[in-house]
Formats: sequence, structure tokens, C-alpha cells
Amino acid sequence: MNKAVVESKQDEEWQPKIIAFLCNWCSYAGADLAGVSRIQYPPTIRVVRVPCSGRINPFFIIKSLIDGWDGVVVSGCHPGDCHYISGNLVARRRFAIVKELLDFIGIEPDRVHFMWASAAEGELFAVMIRKISELVKKLGPNKKFEKKW
Amino acid sequence: MVKQMGDIQAENVEIEKKMREVARSLLIEKEVDVIIGYARGTVPLSSSPIFIKNVEDIDSLIWDNLCYVNLARYVVPPLTEFVDNEKVELKVGIVSKGCVARALIHLAKEKQVDPEKIKIIGIPCNGVVNRRRIEKELGEKEVLEISVSNDQVIVKGKDFEEVLPYQDYLNELCKTCKVKSPPMSSSLSDVIVGESIEISSVEDDFSDLSEYESKTPEEKWEVITELLSDCTRCYACREACPMCYCNLCFVDQNKPIWFGKTSEMSDIIVFHLVRAMHMAGRCVGCGACSSVCPMGIDLKLINRKLEKIVKERFDFTAGLSLDVMPPMMTQKMEDSEDFMLGEH
Repeated sequence: MNKAVVESKQDEEWQPKIIAFLCNWCSYAGADLAGVSRIQYPPTIRVVRVPCSGRINPFFIIKSLIDGWDGVVVSGCHPGDCHYISGNLVARRRFAIVKELLDFIGIEPDRVHFMWASAAEGELFAVMIRKISELVKKLGPNKKFEKKW
Repeated sequence: MVKQMGDIQAENVEIEKKMREVARSLLIEKEVDVIIGYARGTVPLSSSPIFIKNVEDIDSLIWDNLCYVNLARYVVPPLTEFVDNEKVELKVGIVSKGCVARALIHLAKEKQVDPEKIKIIGIPCNGVVNRRRIEKELGEKEVLEISVSNDQVIVKGKDFEEVLPYQDYLNELCKTCKVKSPPMSSSLSDVIVGESIEISSVEDDFSDLSEYESKTPEEKWEVITELLSDCTRCYACREACPMCYCNLCFVDQNKPIWFGKTSEMSDIIVFHLVRAMHMAGRCVGCGACSSVCPMGIDLKLINRKLEKIVKERFDFTAGLSLDVMPPMMTQKMEDSEDFMLGEH
């Protein structure tokens, strides 16, 4: 990186990096729709496509936080719309516990988000991402799991 | 819960007598092949598990306030023996206070224990003294003898004698325990012998957590860091836990490496956090993890929180009956979504 680029980067406002786990059948298509419809949302998210929200091991979320992502979003199909019938329902119980325990040990509740977005909800997806970016931005960088050495 | 204590010593002797009688008759009538119970430990402030096959050895079974091991730990995987070159599964009688029985029932629900192969010898528990706390209190002094009488713990050493109040040195989880004896229900009637209580749901207000939960995230993080700062990741808590029976534990897994193997704070917290996640809806609150911790860390805060989450969200208490499905093994369309991000 040349000097000019570095300087201009320093001037920029800090932008959070958010990892988004999107289910292949709904949310990923929803994000795609937001894209092809040219709906604007902040470029803070990096998408990981997963087969189903039920595929998400709570460890995915925790490892993202350890690795220094500022926020985590998990999005799946609405209850009843799951391609695998009950994957998202299983996931929902799991997420409830993950969310409560993360809150319990002192991770800010606004860092980890769960949402539903169908393939037709490109607009909603963009709105949600805007909202989440805002919330995570307010919290600042995620430094809790940073190692000392 | 503060029970009006009679003489604890006398109570223990009574329990011990009854327990031995039941165990003896089970062995004599060949209802079980082996009895798992508690025996006198080799050092003071401890007890050790014992496996008894001969009726003559029954008298080495004991019950006192230092029987902290959760004996359900010893039946997963099932005990077997070779008879004529064939592996035979043994029928086991297990001396069970409330939490041991709950662990066994939950393990049966998870299909780790065959209810037809076990007999729960129920005893009413009157709490377990937290030996680590006593050790901490006494510092370097060596304990030679410990006894409980009335509501005092009397600790004797070479040239000192100390009297500690029993209620204060009770295990934190025992203070809030609501299931002192094995929980009886119709589907368990031929599994449980000895003492038991009819209980179908536990009422609890979790007021002990409210102070911690009102803290800000920063304060919570501080408290948790402080609590776990002594942890050396020896995994004694995992080894003592009746619910930790995975063939390959996530901490031993190295493909993928989910988190670091160091004893740095972030790794320690992740270990305890993920272990807690695995315990959701399964922890029976026996306090074995806290009792065995060589650094004297009391994990009750996390154990209680798990109990609270499961109770409030899914109205479930682990190990009460064979008829109710544990929450993490099932799901419902109308589960609460209050934690999710909505449109507004």
C-alpha cells in the first residue's frame, strides 16, 4: 500500500467488519435480490453461504468473535419456510441460548444478531443490514477476545 | 434454601444405615451385580467412589457431607464384564442423592443409560460441604479430621481446631437445590428404590442471579474474567461432569481448531462458554465441577444461568422425568423470538 492510500484510510471513519452467515435458500437469495435491485446498504458485511441456518454451529459465531470480527449476523428462512422443514426451528433454540450466554459473560448484545429474511425480501435485508451496521458501529471494535501475546 | 437443620451428624448416620440395608438386599436378591457408592477417602476432606460386588463389603459404603462426586459419571459407557468370553452388561445399583438420580434420568433420556440396567438407591441429601472453600479458608494448615455436627463444620489439624458455620460452607448450588432426593414418577417406579420424592416441576425465582444480571456488559466481563482468572484448563470440571461423555471433546479436537490451546484469558473464557452451551438443558446442578476444581473456582454462576434460561424459555428442568423431551432435542413452531432482530 502506498503512502497516499494509507493516509486516506486513516482519514476515513472506522467501519465495522461484520460476518454474515446466510442460508442458501432464502437469505442468500434475498441478499442477491437486494444486489440486483440495486438497493444500497453499507459494505460492512462479508457473506458466508451456508446450506441452512441449522448448519450453523454456535462455534462459528464464537470463532468469528475470537478472530476479531466486530459483529456477526445469522439469517435464515422464516419459520415454516425451511427447505429442510425444521432446520431453522432447531437453530432458533440454539441461537436463543447462544445469545443469552454471550450476553451473560459480557459480550455486548448488539454484536450478535439473528434474523429471518426470505428470498423476496431484498428491501428488508438491506434495511436490516443498515440497522445492524449502525448498532455495531456504535459499539466500536471488538477487542474482548484479543490475545495479549 | 435454608432447611431447619436437625443434627446433621445423626441424620447422616440414619441415611447411611438405610442405604446399606437397601444395597445389601439388592445384592443378596441378585437384583444388581454391582453397587456404586461412596467410600471413605484416603485423605480428609474427601470421599472416593467404590464399586461393591460382595455383600461383605457393604459396610464400607458411607454417606457424609463430603460425598461430592456425581456417580452417574461411572455408568457411561455401561459397565461390562467378560463371562465365558462374552461381554455382558452389568446391572448396576447406584447410590443416588437428588442430583445423581437426575443425571441418570437425563442420561437415560439421551439413550446413554439403559433404565432396565440400573437401580437408583435413593437417599435424601442434606447438602455437600465445599471442601475447596475450607482449604482456602485454612490456607497452608493441614486438615487431619473433619466432622459435621449440629450446624457446624469442625475442622481439626495438628495444633488447631476451627469451627465453621455449616450453612456458609455449603456448596452454592446445594443452597438453591430443590430436588434433594431422586424425583419419582410413574415411569420410574421400578428403577428407584429407597427414598424418593414426587416432583414434576421445580419452582425457582433465580433471585441469586438478579444482582449479576443488572450489571453492564463491561462489568459482567470483569466479573467473569476475575472468576476464571485462576483457571489452568486442567479439564477437571469436564472429567467430573456426568454429562460430558463425548468421544471427542471440542477442546481436544484439532481439525478444525476452534479455539486456542493456551491458558490465556480469551481461550479460557471460550472454553467455559462453549462448555456451558453444551450443558444447556442438560446441567443438573450437582456442583461436581466446582467441587473438583483444583483452583477452587466456583462455576455456580454459569450453572444457575443455564438452569434459568432453560426454565424460563422452555419450562424445563433437566432430569425430572423420562416423559418430557429435553429442549435441545426438539423444537416448536411457536418458540419465542424475542432475541431476534425485528423489522422495527
